[in-house]
Amino acid sequence: MQDFGPADPADLKARTTYWIPDQVGSGRDEQMINISPIKLFMERLETKRWLLPALLVFVFGLSLVIQQFELLDPYVQLIIMYVGINIILTLSLNLINGYMGEFSVGHAGFMAIGAYVASFLTVKVFPAHMAAWLFPAAVVAGGAAAGVVGLVVAFPSFKTRGDYLAIVTLAFGMIVKSVIENIDALGGPRGFLGMEKLSTLPWVFFWVLLSVWVIRNLIYSNFGRGVLSIREDEVASDLMSVNTNHVKVLAFTVSSFFAGIAGALFAHLLQFINPRAFDIIKSTDILIMVYLGGIGSIAGSVIGATVYTVLLEVLRPMGIWRMVFMPLVLVLLMIFRPKGIMGLREFRWFVPVRDMLASRLWREKKAGT
Amino acid sequence: MTYVLQQLLNALQVGSIYALIALGYTMVYGILTMINFAHGDLFMVGAFLCFVAAVSLHLPFVPVLLLSMIGVAFLGVVIERFAYKPLRQAPRVSAIITALGVGLFLENFTLALNPYPKQIPQLLENTTWTFFGLSISSLQAFVIILSLVLMWILDLIVRRTMVGMAMRAISWDKTVVPLMGVPVNLIISATFAIGTSLGGAAGVMYGLAYPVIDPYMGIMVGWKAFIAAVVGGIGNIRGAMIGGYILGAVEIMVVAFLPSTYRDFIAFVLLLVLLIFRPYGILGKPHPQKV
Repeated sequence: MQDFGPADPADLKARTTYWIPDQVGSGRDEQMINISPIKLFMERLETKRWLLPALLVFVFGLSLVIQQFELLDPYVQLIIMYVGINIILTLSLNLINGYMGEFSVGHAGFMAIGAYVASFLTVKVFPAHMAAWLFPAAVVAGGAAAGVVGLVVAFPSFKTRGDYLAIVTLAFGMIVKSVIENIDALGGPRGFLGMEKLSTLPWVFFWVLLSVWVIRNLIYSNFGRGVLSIREDEVASDLMSVNTNHVKVLAFTVSSFFAGIAGALFAHLLQFINPRAFDIIKSTDILIMVYLGGIGSIAGSVIGATVYTVLLEVLRPMGIWRMVFMPLVLVLLMIFRPKGIMGLREFRWFVPVRDMLASRLWREKKAGT
Repeated sequence: MTYVLQQLLNALQVGSIYALIALGYTMVYGILTMINFAHGDLFMVGAFLCFVAAVSLHLPFVPVLLLSMIGVAFLGVVIERFAYKPLRQAPRVSAIITALGVGLFLENFTLALNPYPKQIPQLLENTTWTFFGLSISSLQAFVIILSLVLMWILDLIVRRTMVGMAMRAISWDKTVVPLMGVPVNLIISATFAIGTSLGGAAGVMYGLAYPVIDPYMGIMVGWKAFIAAVVGGIGNIRGAMIGGYILGAVEIMVVAFLPSTYRDFIAFVLLLVLLIFRPYGILGKPHPQKV
């Protein structure tokens, strides 16, 4: 289990750039300290947090412009979109594996459901000339379908934990793959094609933003503290009246929803999907990105997905040897830095102002007395 | 009826291979409580060593088998020393991810050296005998008997020798056993050597039964053997054997009576159903969680 022990001086030093939770969640701090709305507003101004939405709007506008005027090489655009899709996948898996401390190995299965449902909608159901307009609906439908299946997968997690839950999710991933292989309307093992290239830079950026926003808000909500408490000690959190079953269902549903979204975007980017694209190797890829970036960290997910995807592309001249090199890097990383790049730390801008303020005030109060 | 019996024979063959691989998973789990996800790929390396020994070195069957087993055992010990040992105190997830990384490394390294699937030459003469309408090939009989012999030897080692006693002791209590003068690192290495050499033997047998081998063959077989280990109750050696045969039987029966594309689907659904009714496997014991 991860340790959140008393902060040591090195950690305190790191606080200037990163945020490290004092305890599991900082609910304790908030209860001890009353934060007035005015104080919160002032803090927001002081920490220049208002820059964040401005920056995001700017980047979104930039992505629109790039897409409209073809400012970037299509290949570079493609890589950026891959990075975005991988960020969504990594973040959603991080919710289960990193924040909740379970070990899910079937994430590509959810992705497959999203990809197939969305593609089926845009190709077979929606009228061809409307497909581009209805694309968001198809993506949401793909995510929702994956979310519903995630709900079902959550039930075994009530009783089984650890390795046995890993088996359940693994079996689930394989079941999804073999079900798709047996459905002829979806092309079976041959794959499914006919999608237009509807995933564009602005859309991918929008969905990345949405997933980061939703998962970040979930993590720092009451529910999120429940998630963290399950990671630390499930029995104890049950005794503290956390409804662990409820939390697990919600976490699995949200996580698989976003995996489905990523799958839908992936399908409309590649314009061809087949069941083999969503097998264990894909799930392993996502796991690697989660643990490379660091568990329990949004910034870690973003960094892990970006580094892994970009590195694989940069090393492309190495041919097959890059696939030999990458696992070696992973093993060395695990040996010398088992927590991953960010491991349980967070960039300040991913933490709500309120939590950081409460944390700071609490420390000041402790130092004062 | 004959058809069913015939299929049961095939199931015994597939089940033996699963059981041998599952033993490797379960032994490592029993002693380190760690899932060695690279085990399926060690099985693949066994098959490739068999190919190298048979084609490049022109060795007959028995040296090929021994070479594969020893080579894979050596690789297993090296992996344990350099990749898993530094992580013994780390969170368990780090060890699992490392194992996945090692597995990927083995796959892709083999792929980089052998870009095309290879065919293992026929090492044993294959004759087919018929009893009461049941036909059994000598190869099939050989695979079944050899794996039973290997499992019997393993059972003897675990139950009757000092090394086996030390293994059981370590899986029982990791803190006190070193104080009794048991060289823990040596015993862990021995466990890896024995478990992975069984995987190597399974690779050779698989190569004999299904001669076309490729670097990714270990993934699916490995995961299935892992499932077999879980079905039997992971950490339990006899459970792994039983689980292997059950999984083999289920798969073959599904293929015998349904379209073969349903094979994986039914196998995994059965696994889920079993885990719902017996969450710790057939022979496994529940571990009560202490608060």
